[in-house]
Amino acid sequence: MLLGLGKILIFPGFLFLTVYSLLFEYLDRKVYARLQNRMGPPWYQPLADFLKLIGKEVIIPAEANKTMFQVLPVISLSAVAAAFIYVPVLGKEAIASFEGDLIVVLYFLTIPTMCLFLAGWYSRGVYATVGSVRTLTQLFAYEVPLFMALLAPALIAKTWSVTGMTAFFAEHPLYILINIPALFVALVAAQGKLERVPFDTPEAETEIVAGPLVEYSGRLLAIFRITIDCELVMIASLVSAIFLPFMTGNIALDFVLYLVKTVAVLLFLALMRSVMARLRIEQMVNFCWKYLAPIAILQIVINLLVRGWLGL
Amino acid sequence: MTEYNRVVIPIGPQHPSLKEPACFTVTLEGEKIVDAVIGIGYNHRGIEKACESRYYTQIIYLLERVCGICSHTHTTAFCQGVEELAGVEIPRRAAFIRVLVAEIERLHSHLLWLGVAAHEIGFDTMFMYTWRDREAVLDILAELGGNRVNYSINTIGGVRRDIDDSLKQDILKMVDALEEQVKYYRELARSETTLAARLAGVGKLSREDALKYGAVGPVIRASGVDFDIRKVDPYAVYGEIPFKVVTDTHADVFGRTVVRVLEMLESIEIIRYCLENMPDGEITAKAPRRIPAGEVISRTEAPRGEDIHYIRSNGTEIPDRVRVRAPSEANWHAMKQMLLGQYLADVPITIAAIDPCFSCTDRAIAVNSGRETELMDWPRLRQYSVDWYKKRGIDVSSVKMPERRSYF
Repeated sequence: MLLGLGKILIFPGFLFLTVYSLLFEYLDRKVYARLQNRMGPPWYQPLADFLKLIGKEVIIPAEANKTMFQVLPVISLSAVAAAFIYVPVLGKEAIASFEGDLIVVLYFLTIPTMCLFLAGWYSRGVYATVGSVRTLTQLFAYEVPLFMALLAPALIAKTWSVTGMTAFFAEHPLYILINIPALFVALVAAQGKLERVPFDTPEAETEIVAGPLVEYSGRLLAIFRITIDCELVMIASLVSAIFLPFMTGNIALDFVLYLVKTVAVLLFLALMRSVMARLRIEQMVNFCWKYLAPIAILQIVINLLVRGWLGL
Repeated sequence: MTEYNRVVIPIGPQHPSLKEPACFTVTLEGEKIVDAVIGIGYNHRGIEKACESRYYTQIIYLLERVCGICSHTHTTAFCQGVEELAGVEIPRRAAFIRVLVAEIERLHSHLLWLGVAAHEIGFDTMFMYTWRDREAVLDILAELGGNRVNYSINTIGGVRRDIDDSLKQDILKMVDALEEQVKYYRELARSETTLAARLAGVGKLSREDALKYGAVGPVIRASGVDFDIRKVDPYAVYGEIPFKVVTDTHADVFGRTVVRVLEMLESIEIIRYCLENMPDGEITAKAPRRIPAGEVISRTEAPRGEDIHYIRSNGTEIPDRVRVRAPSEANWHAMKQMLLGQYLADVPITIAAIDPCFSCTDRAIAVNSGRETELMDWPRLRQYSVDWYKKRGIDVSSVKMPERRSYF
């Protein structure tokens, strides 16, 4: 019981997630900066930003719904933290797992986006409203391809549990090659989920200032910021657990491998962020439904056929 | 859609996409713009009025600061006008240096614009790259005039600083390196799909509209009109320099980007020509302190378009009237046309595409729709301000304000 609680709260659970997410933000910013021929921040910059925000005054707009305004950041952070329990970090096993936890993880990952939408909606600002409507529009565009891309490997693994999928693909690493289109779809859709360039329309700085978060300040903003960082870690972990489950069997070595895999995913996302311009919302929706969704559907068809041929 | 679905969004006066205060009130239906009101006038500095109480040489200092980016072009226009009034012929070397500095300034202005435009569409990497390259240009300008933006090259009757051999080599080196980069940006504009997706078809301004609203500079040239003061009304030594006016038929933001990028390549060629063909000799001619009475209009091609200066002299050492029509002022009128029917997401880039310079443009104009308007003369304006402060408990009536033109 105590060990389980320790796992959930400290390692490889919540505390690890937050510390790793700060490190991730640093790496993301540093790589982004180096690609742009800049110096980039020192390693402690994300932590310094976080602490500074925590110390700042919280201003709640007079017209905002006070309860919702304060509760939403906490809900979104806890949703991400809850999702992280079901993703394997140390070895093949997650902290907890059951048949069907993939669906739960995806559900938990939708909550922060919904919170972001509600946060903008309840802030009652013009920019925040436009931003939150865009958040929701974008959600409908990337969510379906993302879900399909993550469910396609499950068809081969014949399990709906992240842990189970990791275990299956670790035993049959060659099956991963079939899932490469899905990996691509997942990474691009993840960029949309994380609202990063080219899909950062909901928070487009030059158009609507900061989108849904425009009215947020102080520690509420700090919680939202760390939520977004945690989501980044979460997505990278999920993608590496499902699509890159190469294992050695040694628990320490596997942990190092986990770090390498997640950083590789991050590097890809950072590269994508630095070589593109921001798309308009309707271009984003078009792109997701015209290209990402068909590729994901194709992947599902391929996986079903493969399953039939191989008699899995 | 009904009226209820309309959202009015103020972009400005304070907004991250605006570098200076201005207020664009856009009415949206969904994400589409159905109405736009352009409000400028937050940044009026009264430079024209200040010119009426200063010597001609002091005005150069003042006009240098009309714009933070195209500072050279304003002084060129002014000095040119005054020289015409005084009948002073500037030395050829000075004319070459003026052109040289103007083209280096165009490079720095266009690079700055490219970065700003990239930032507006969320392409921060390009923003960082162009501004890195711009540093090299600014370093040259600093070497040339001692300052990065206000380099004070012009004076009435010529220029104030000469270009020696080592500086010439530095400029050539900078230009060579920059040419590579600009060619790379040209390729980037042609091949990067997200860039084209965000710029093509945005801020359309047809050739007819561009002519109707009197757009200038890269805006009108991107609509297919080859209007360039350097060719239309050659000043300094532009008449003898071979260069071509860059035009484009896209008539949108993409076209304006292409025009600016290609213009940079033309500028580089002009700089090389100037350095090679610059004659030796004096850099200033003697100009009188008192400028003969008369009036003159002087035009230059600023990086943003046609810059007009009107100067009226009454035969003293202080001008009677100086009027500055910065290029942005001409481009504002077409702005609404460009915004209508666009997406909200395209507002920043559409505004940025004319490369607006708000403070050059701002005028003190009183417009009360539906009510009578009146013009105030200087003493009445003074009385108005005294009354205004008195209402708020401050008495400024004892402050001595010398009469106009009695400063000196």
